[in-house]
Amino acid sequence: MRHAFPLLALALGLSICGLAFAEDTSAPLPVKHVQWSFEGPFGTYDRGALQRGFQVYKEVCSACHSLNLVAFHALAAPGGPGFTEAQAKAIAAGYKIPAEPNDKGEIFDANGNRLTRPGILADHFPPPFPNEEAARAANGGALPPDLSLIVKAREGGPDYVYSILTGFSHKPPTGFKVQDGKYYNPYFAGRNISMPPPLAAGSVSFADGTRSSVAQEAHDVVTYLSWASEPTLEERHRTGFEVMAFLVLLAGLLFLAYRKVWKDEH
Amino acid sequence: MAGHSTYVPAFGFTRWLDKRLPILRLTHDTMTTYPTPRNLNIWYTFGGILTFCLGVQIVTGVVLAMHYVPNADLAFNSVENIMRDVNYGWLIRYMHANGASMFFLAVYIHMFRGLYYGSYKEPREVLWILGVLIYLLMMATAFFGYVLPWGQMSFWGATVITSLFSALDQLIPHLGSAITSWLWGGFAVGDATLNRFFSLHYLLPFAIAGVVGLHIWALHVPGNNNPLGIDVKGPQDTVPFHPYYTVKDAFYLSLFVILFAGFVFFAPNFFGNPDNYTPANPLVTPTDIVPEWYLLPFYAMLRSVPQKLIGVLVLVGALVTLFFVPWLDTSKVRSCRFRPLMKQLFWVLALDCVMLGYVGSQGADAALNLGGMQLPLVWLARLGTAYYYGFFWVLLPLIGRIEKTKALPESIAKSVLGATGERT
Repeated sequence: MRHAFPLLALALGLSICGLAFAEDTSAPLPVKHVQWSFEGPFGTYDRGALQRGFQVYKEVCSACHSLNLVAFHALAAPGGPGFTEAQAKAIAAGYKIPAEPNDKGEIFDANGNRLTRPGILADHFPPPFPNEEAARAANGGALPPDLSLIVKAREGGPDYVYSILTGFSHKPPTGFKVQDGKYYNPYFAGRNISMPPPLAAGSVSFADGTRSSVAQEAHDVVTYLSWASEPTLEERHRTGFEVMAFLVLLAGLLFLAYRKVWKDEH
Repeated sequence: MAGHSTYVPAFGFTRWLDKRLPILRLTHDTMTTYPTPRNLNIWYTFGGILTFCLGVQIVTGVVLAMHYVPNADLAFNSVENIMRDVNYGWLIRYMHANGASMFFLAVYIHMFRGLYYGSYKEPREVLWILGVLIYLLMMATAFFGYVLPWGQMSFWGATVITSLFSALDQLIPHLGSAITSWLWGGFAVGDATLNRFFSLHYLLPFAIAGVVGLHIWALHVPGNNNPLGIDVKGPQDTVPFHPYYTVKDAFYLSLFVILFAGFVFFAPNFFGNPDNYTPANPLVTPTDIVPEWYLLPFYAMLRSVPQKLIGVLVLVGALVTLFFVPWLDTSKVRSCRFRPLMKQLFWVLALDCVMLGYVGSQGADAALNLGGMQLPLVWLARLGTAYYYGFFWVLLPLIGRIEKTKALPESIAKSVLGATGERT
């Protein structure tokens, strides 16, 4: 017999009330929802977007933001931007890496400058500033965060990063105080952000001829940074599909075995 | 198990071994012929599932420890190295991280199943107590493990939880702070803390495995409880564990693994907190410090009390309460199937725990909007905590005395196989 459970109904009622919440007008706006190629169980990174996004990172973001965890060899690895090994080598060689001590044990030249060498595939992207203090000094006291994991480190993930990058066009509401040296961005907690608007139409001229609107640049660099955060996503999705196919088959066979063994017992 | 062994060694070598180390006899008696009630349902497959979870955590954990570096300057990047450069490192780490959540999901189902069918009652008190001990060890292990990636939530979670001991200062001045710095190995959570937490995180799972052995031993002496909660009266009520329950456990385990794999491959960060992908920074406190989901109900209880020491005691008391359940329940009837009142109160408890978990996940000063009236969530937490304690310490002893239980079936066999109790 199924009773109407009175206590159950009361508890359920209380939990439903939990869904209606007070609006907080000073809170950041909800993020914009973008269709990403890497969403869903079969998602993959859009190669074109990854390569264009790399260009945006290299020509714009990397002036202030490091990408410490990403190695140059990853640019040519499967599931990544799809550069050839030769292209990745050329990209690496375009960066100056602090050199190891030479055979005299020196790391500075005669003028006291740090010796450097061209990057190789095993190197990681070099940071734009030698240390946190230098980064803050160059950015009005604010520290530009490392971008290696930025997409996974923010609530809202790629949608959030996209919203920040495209959120500078909003005018602050009347009465809203934008602090000195800061910029209005309604998607940022507190809405005062230290980062100046990084992207403008035409900030980069894409090698593949794609028109470089702010939305396009933001979309591509967020794709690139999503890959930087989760470089094994494509392998994970592919393996996951195979594992699921196997498990469903296994579960089916086990179900048949279960039915057969128990046929006469209940 | 109790009773006599039916093991007959078939070969010369096994006869020889049986006289010296009867390990094959033990395996045969506990995993093959062990008489199991024939009416165990899906909720009884979680014991096997939990053993699987422990195995997965130990195997993946041992491999992770080969690559992980327990050093405050290197830990975060060593985890990222596992994710990026170690072969299948992403798979092993995501299995381990999601495996912890799956382990707790399974253990909560297992515990609520025990509560529902009265599996803690005489003669299974020790079995239940060992289970509570495993649960506490699991929480300690999970807490230590969550600290190891050394992200923001690792660091601040460790700070919050270890600082709970400082509440003892209110009892004896300096006692709590002394214990806290002793736990930290310094004057703040730091390198020393990380190292000892790693050591303990590696140690405790083996302690869990040991207590699991005792738990299974304590299960096999009285034998399984069952959904009817009545005793096994003879061989017609049972089936041998193998093949009946090996195949049933295997089937439901495969369904569980499908769920597990769904998270690992398609939503690996579902249970995680984004802040833990930011390296630990003692100078920046996250806006909300939240523990992992499986600790949230207790976190809500802790925060429901404004006085720190009492809050800690409420939290500890909620866990210690579980040890007393076998003696708090005064009913002669085990299963909720025959306890109409207990059944309702049980489901309210289950919802209560979910509600406490929800409150624990929200900010400390969050409020509900009830038709324009603001109800601070902390009041829900207080209500929930009161019900939790009230359920175990007041209702459980009381309803056993006043409840009118339904008639129990004559035997398991008759209930399953029909009036004759014979196989057809």
